[in-house]
Amino acid sequence: MAGKIDPMHQFTVEPIVPLHIGKYDISLTNSAAWMLATLVVILFFMWGGMKRQVVPGRWQMAVEGLTGFVDNLVQVNIGPEGKKFTPFVFSLFSFILVTNTLGLLPLAIIPGWHAFTPTSHFSITGVLAILSFSLVLIVGFWRHGLHFFSLFLPAGTPFWMAPLIIPIEIVSFLVRPFSLALRLFVAMMAGHILMEVFGSFIVNGLASGSVLGFGVGIVSFLFIVGVGALELLICALQAYVFALLTSLYLSDAINLH
Amino acid sequence: MDVASAKLIGAGLAAIGTGAAAIGVGFVFGQFLNSALRNPAAADGQQGRLFLGFALAELLGLMAFTVALLILFVF
Repeated sequence: MAGKIDPMHQFTVEPIVPLHIGKYDISLTNSAAWMLATLVVILFFMWGGMKRQVVPGRWQMAVEGLTGFVDNLVQVNIGPEGKKFTPFVFSLFSFILVTNTLGLLPLAIIPGWHAFTPTSHFSITGVLAILSFSLVLIVGFWRHGLHFFSLFLPAGTPFWMAPLIIPIEIVSFLVRPFSLALRLFVAMMAGHILMEVFGSFIVNGLASGSVLGFGVGIVSFLFIVGVGALELLICALQAYVFALLTSLYLSDAINLH
Repeated sequence: MDVASAKLIGAGLAAIGTGAAAIGVGFVFGQFLNSALRNPAAADGQQGRLFLGFALAELLGLMAFTVALLILFVF
């Protein structure tokens, strides 16, 4: 076990059920499998709370807490017109939250298994970001037509500032999908690399058999417990930030500053 | 100096940026607490802005981290 630390190995996408149609590889990979697991968890969670009892039980309270939280987020940031975007923001929020959290499961204690976080791949977070960015574009042009471009010139800007403000606003608008995707992807990947590196410190420290190695192992273990708790926080925080920024961008498209 | 060592030094230098982002994130939360304790009644309404500021400050640190990873694993 002791030896070179390879923190990037955990991010490899491996086919579980190989499947080729023509020259296209559409195998079921571990990434897809974990996304399906996310779907199952969300469906199960929602199914348990959709009984619509007048006096809600514990489970229904949990589901209502989640939906109420997202509903409140959208209402506060978009306003009354944001009601119809609640399902979209809720899907994004619950998908990211559950995917992030499932990826932290300590499944590696079963030999041959390891948890996989689809959101630690730029291709997944990029698609999520493109989804919300294209929704912003569609809603903006649908509601305001070409008037949507007034987004690039905030009302009340002095006219001589316009040549400066417009390029800045255009760049900040175009950077949005990248910043959305990059934030989630790097936060997830950094956390997993950190845990992997310190987990390897424990293994290598104990395998060395010396007192110093044992001490390093103990310190790394204490550290990794703290990092694990922090990672749980970051999972929820990144999902919240993604949903918050999506609703803020939607609010831009609907209310035009 | 050979290329491999220069790569490691470059990645290490790029990681300094994450420390700068730590200052930024600390500033965001510190200022929020500072003002939230002065006017606790208004604090809850500003949580969205708090996390927005946090996200923007954090992103720049993550960019430094990405640069470090690109230096290490891409080149």
